[in-house]
Amino acid sequence: MLQAINFALHDAMTEDSKVLVLGEDVGDDEGGGIIGVTRGLTRAFGPKRVRSTPIAEQAIVGAAIGSALCGYRPVAEIMLMNFTTVAMDMIVNHAAKLRFMSGGQTSVPITIRTMTGAGMSNGGQHSDFLEGWFAHTAGLKVVIPSNAADAYGLLRSCIRDPDPCLFVETLPLYWVSGQTIERGGSIPLGKARIAQSGTDVTVASYGRQVNDAVAVARRLSAEGISIEVLDMRTLSPLDTTALIESARKTRRVIVAHEAVQRFGPGAEIAAVIHEALFDRLLAPVRRVGAPFSPVPFSKPLETAYLPGERQIESAVREILKRSGKGA
Amino acid sequence: MNKATPWVEIFRKMALLKLNDERMRTVIKSGRLTMPYYSTRGQEVIPAAVSVCLRPEDYICTIYRGTHDSLAKGLPVKLLWAELAGRVTGTCKGKGGPMHITHPASGVMVTTGIVGSTMPIANGLAWASQLSGDGRVTVAYFGDGASNIGAFHEALNLASVWKLPVVFVCANNQYAEHTRYAVGTSIDRISRRAEAYSMPGITVDGNEPSEMYAAAATAIDRARAGSGPTLIEALTFRFFGHVFGDDDSYMAPGELAARMNEDPYPRFRQWLVSARHASEDELTAIEEAYSREIDEAVAFAIESPFPEESEIFRDVYAEALGGSIENQVMGSSDE
Repeated sequence: MLQAINFALHDAMTEDSKVLVLGEDVGDDEGGGIIGVTRGLTRAFGPKRVRSTPIAEQAIVGAAIGSALCGYRPVAEIMLMNFTTVAMDMIVNHAAKLRFMSGGQTSVPITIRTMTGAGMSNGGQHSDFLEGWFAHTAGLKVVIPSNAADAYGLLRSCIRDPDPCLFVETLPLYWVSGQTIERGGSIPLGKARIAQSGTDVTVASYGRQVNDAVAVARRLSAEGISIEVLDMRTLSPLDTTALIESARKTRRVIVAHEAVQRFGPGAEIAAVIHEALFDRLLAPVRRVGAPFSPVPFSKPLETAYLPGERQIESAVREILKRSGKGA
Repeated sequence: MNKATPWVEIFRKMALLKLNDERMRTVIKSGRLTMPYYSTRGQEVIPAAVSVCLRPEDYICTIYRGTHDSLAKGLPVKLLWAELAGRVTGTCKGKGGPMHITHPASGVMVTTGIVGSTMPIANGLAWASQLSGDGRVTVAYFGDGASNIGAFHEALNLASVWKLPVVFVCANNQYAEHTRYAVGTSIDRISRRAEAYSMPGITVDGNEPSEMYAAAATAIDRARAGSGPTLIEALTFRFFGHVFGDDDSYMAPGELAARMNEDPYPRFRQWLVSARHASEDELTAIEEAYSREIDEAVAFAIESPFPEESEIFRDVYAEALGGSIENQVMGSSDE
């Protein structure tokens, strides 16, 4: 996925001279990003379009917003998702709202790239999934790819999009190998993808847990359990049509994500399904998410904290049991 | 504008700002319009003097106490009033209100209700000018309270490192909301903070047009020449508190009356006549013309229609959202 994001930035900058990249360490003199996502961009496009910044998240997002008001398409990197908290005013009060508050006179076509994820021994302030806060903010789009090909295509769409997009990269997915990236294409925002077709249970997910759900689906197919995995790809806008269509078919839905379960995106997704299909469902929607706790450091705790195959499988078995299908 | 003698031009803007502020307070008091209003009375010299140095295509970012900054930059009075009245004919179709006036055609790019947030965005506007070479300068207006917020320090540092064509104009009106300057600020002069960011910093009497004009002209020329940012601290005083109608018991007894006695408006007006820059009749004619324009603007605003309810779902994103108040559908498609 690391390579896919680098290609997407490279191709977007080649295609449109208004595309800029800014953030901490993004320039080649600073190593092309702390793990090399922006490597080679300064050499290809020059230091005017690829600017390393001070460690100053409000200044980074502010500079992105201002340049976007003048027609540029900046891609601002906020190194880790927890650091978006430092720039919440710029993101939530300004980027998200300027179009509306100006009555459509101005727009803020920025992309904020940020990485996160538990499992890297980074502890409580470098690992959180906070996408629910942003999806709760009208005016923002929130995109979370689960694989390299999607990362490429979705990032290209974010950069072209006329609205501010938050693009969340799951850190441990950077190094997943063996995925082919088709350069040049793009994937529309707000359209889910069926990662795996099935008929008994839908697992609606995004990011890393999509891969976990697919693994569970493959494993349980041997027991005759047919799981449909829906990769939402974007949380905002949310593809309610795909959600409801899949739920109507399977009548059992699990929502799985890495964010803390309480008040998490899963609650909204569950509500959408219940509102549309309450009397058609065979069981209430089940949620799989992280415990209501900061991400712990100690390895066994961090492993237990991270929602994955184990939690998804157990949710599948429970929802089937509850709705009277053997498990 | 004749740069050699900007005084009448500065007065012209001051007259508009003062008369407009007076009318706003009258209209709010009468109950014809309801809004939180952060009166600008007493602070007219600052944007009047800055704006005569700016070109129409230059940018400003301003704050909730910023209607004077926008009008001085060239915002049409009618559009301002319609916006304040929440009417669809306003700058922002009535969806922004007094704290979010935006009018790119006049260079008014952002008005924010968040203390300290003009500076980081002004940097971005200035960065765009630096990249495109369009020669524009951006002015970020803010108050003394904002100089204690992190965003101020982040933004000044970045503007200096990137040598951006931006001017930071701090209206130091002595109070951050209700808190006296020295209670919340670690330094005697905000302009001294410029030193920490390797940029020129100057404190001027922001109620004295000649001082304010000289500082603004120097800073704007410097920015336009590509020599980087400047911090201007303009000392002033607000005559009608933080938000219009609030209790002023936090001020020292007699302080407000003393400052109102030094009102820069009549003082400057008198000087223009005595120094023969303009006759009494000419100045009266300027004031009367603005009074009429404001009359027309108020009438236009009040006669204009309110926005349709569907405007709630428009301009949230480039593409209008589906749905209605009764049945909100915020997803990508209706179901």
